[in-house]
Amino acid sequence: MAEQYDLIIIGGGPAGLTAGIYAGRRDLKTLIITKNIGGQAGSASWVENYPGFEKVNGFELMQKFQKQAENFGAQFKYEEISKVEKINKHFLVKTVTGNEYQSLALILAFGKTPSNLEVPGEKEFTGKGVAYCATCDGPLFKNKIVAVIGGGNSALESADYMSQIAQKVFLIHRRNEFRGEELLVERVKSNPKIELKLEKVVTEIKGDKFVKEIIIEDVNTKAKDSVKLDGIFIEIGYSVDASAINDLVNINEKNEITIDEQCQTSLPGVLAAGDVTNIKFKQIVISAAEGAKAALTAYKYIQDIKGTKEAIFDWGKK
Amino acid sequence: MSEIKLTSANFEEEVLKSNQPILVDFWAEWCGPCKMMGPILEQLAKEMENKPVKIGKCNIDENQDLAQKYDIMSIPAFKIFINGQVIEEWVGAQTLEGLKAKLEKFYN
Repeated sequence: MAEQYDLIIIGGGPAGLTAGIYAGRRDLKTLIITKNIGGQAGSASWVENYPGFEKVNGFELMQKFQKQAENFGAQFKYEEISKVEKINKHFLVKTVTGNEYQSLALILAFGKTPSNLEVPGEKEFTGKGVAYCATCDGPLFKNKIVAVIGGGNSALESADYMSQIAQKVFLIHRRNEFRGEELLVERVKSNPKIELKLEKVVTEIKGDKFVKEIIIEDVNTKAKDSVKLDGIFIEIGYSVDASAINDLVNINEKNEITIDEQCQTSLPGVLAAGDVTNIKFKQIVISAAEGAKAALTAYKYIQDIKGTKEAIFDWGKK
Repeated sequence: MSEIKLTSANFEEEVLKSNQPILVDFWAEWCGPCKMMGPILEQLAKEMENKPVKIGKCNIDENQDLAQKYDIMSIPAFKIFINGQVIEEWVGAQTLEGLKAKLEKFYN
């Protein structure tokens, strides 16, 4: 028999942890199932725009969120989910290691994960020259030749950062202009160690034990070229992996879960919050607020199905 | 049992000559996802206390020789050593349950 909870929150980033704080304070028996603490925010070196903290390490900030959720009674399981189902009035959450948990309501707050290039060699050479985090793996490529793939802020920042470590950096982008901040674009363009390869896409990653070269293709002429290098940093943005929930709730064309102002999805009892949703700005403070909203809506839903007396909410009487 | 702090000085004794399988987490202070693994490894070591496996952490900044020897190019990097040989390895953040399942294969 699966363990029973009032509320299961999937995800342990700013949205999920804040939902845990609010649910705990409403005395809901709450379980947070997450791969890690902090999500994307947890891997940020510095956060300088979370109110109340002038400058704080992302993981330290997230540990404070977690501590607070734990203080109010939220429990944690460090697992990856595989499928979520609705069975009668309950939700059943299954994990990849075969565990099952059951609840009356659900908050989906599992955020986004780095996108893959989906080219031959990418999987094979992950950790052997293919990397997704310049601040993590950058220092291991001292004086080497590397390529950064992508055209947004994270790609530009990675190229700029790698130019201080590597011997040479190729910045490969499928368009002829960048989507990043002006200042950053100018800095990258004027950096002598960075060579731009625009309107090019990577079609294959090759090597023996480690990455040795990549094949790039011109988007217009389709001409192919080889670039010899030691490392490739894939920075093409983030996406939602909706495979566990895509037959449960409605998602948009970007795989984001569509919600209303109260964080309700298309299925009653299932709320969603943070980067996993169609809410536009992806910020810690916004995700935290959305998590709080989702928890309060979940509370109301659980009260209703349990038939408990009307409760007083933070914003007054419902 | 808590995680064993592995260095160039004790790596041979603790890992290569270990009579139990040992999971080694190669990490560094400047790597966010590595820091996120910190409490997870701690919990894993606690839960594996009475099991015939060991958990170790190796800081690759302080032990660059080991990072080079084991071709560490992405961190966090995890390797399971049995009789001094790398039996299984993977990179990137892992879950507690995932790590437990991987270790359980070696003593069940």
